[in-house]
Amino acid sequence: MGIIDKLNKDFESRVRLGIMSILMVNEWVDFTEMKNLLNITDGNLASHSSALEKAEYIEVKKEFVGKKPKTSYQVTPRGRAAFKEHLSYLEKLLKS
Amino acid sequence: MNQQHQEDLAHIRSMMERSSRFISLSGLSGVFAGLSALIGGLYAYQLFGSDRTSYTDGASYSENINLVDKLITTAVVVLVCAFTFGIFFTIRKSKKYNLPIWTSATKKMLFNLAIPLLAGGIFCLALLYHQIYGIVAPATLIFYGLALINAEKYTFSDIKYLGFCELVLGFISLFYIGYGLVFWIIGFGILHILYGLILFKKYK
Repeated sequence: MGIIDKLNKDFESRVRLGIMSILMVNEWVDFTEMKNLLNITDGNLASHSSALEKAEYIEVKKEFVGKKPKTSYQVTPRGRAAFKEHLSYLEKLLKS
Repeated sequence: MNQQHQEDLAHIRSMMERSSRFISLSGLSGVFAGLSALIGGLYAYQLFGSDRTSYTDGASYSENINLVDKLITTAVVVLVCAFTFGIFFTIRKSKKYNLPIWTSATKKMLFNLAIPLLAGGIFCLALLYHQIYGIVAPATLIFYGLALINAEKYTFSDIKYLGFCELVLGFISLFYIGYGLVFWIIGFGILHILYGLILFKKYK
């Protein structure tokens, strides 16, 4: 199995890489801020974040602030480990 | 393939940076804040000269209410100018680079900046209340320096060097009390302009 195959398929999209990068350096990030930082649409963020949630890389918290629903994201330990691994593979690929 | 991975890494880096630090701060904000302080400071200097009052002598202030009014007005105008320029150039830069402004990083930066500034403000009000005028200028420099060092984690980290310079300048001026205004002009005027130019060149 070559090194290319080891690259995590869950992180193939730029949006998912972006979500993971932001969550690596921030504790809880809410939907609106995430959307603005990545400069993407609601639907785009929703579909990519649910894919990451399915893989158990991020945790999604839904709550009500007053009457408005608020969604926030946090990286899980599993997600943190997977992303770090992905980064080191990327590094190795670039060195070779 | 290689190209794509390189872009991935660049993307990761930029996302980490723009989500955790307030990077819309423009060097031009520093330059114009510095110019405002420089002009205001020189005007205050000239006020003292024309009224032949000593800046450290408390009695000369109570005799000269007019001077105190003029000084306070000057200070407020300088503050408003510096603030307006700061906001204007920040909005301009964030629009140009498509950066969001009101993020949690911005709020954290402002919060960390505000703690030493508020403490310093109250401290200076107490100095004015007790008529210890000579320590006001050094105190503003010292607390401002501490505020910058405290906010360093949430914006360009070079801001801490400006903080250290203000701090050192404040300490020196504590020992040369009659020259508070001169140190104030150097710290808030000249250092801001120099720093703003360096920042502007570096992050253009």
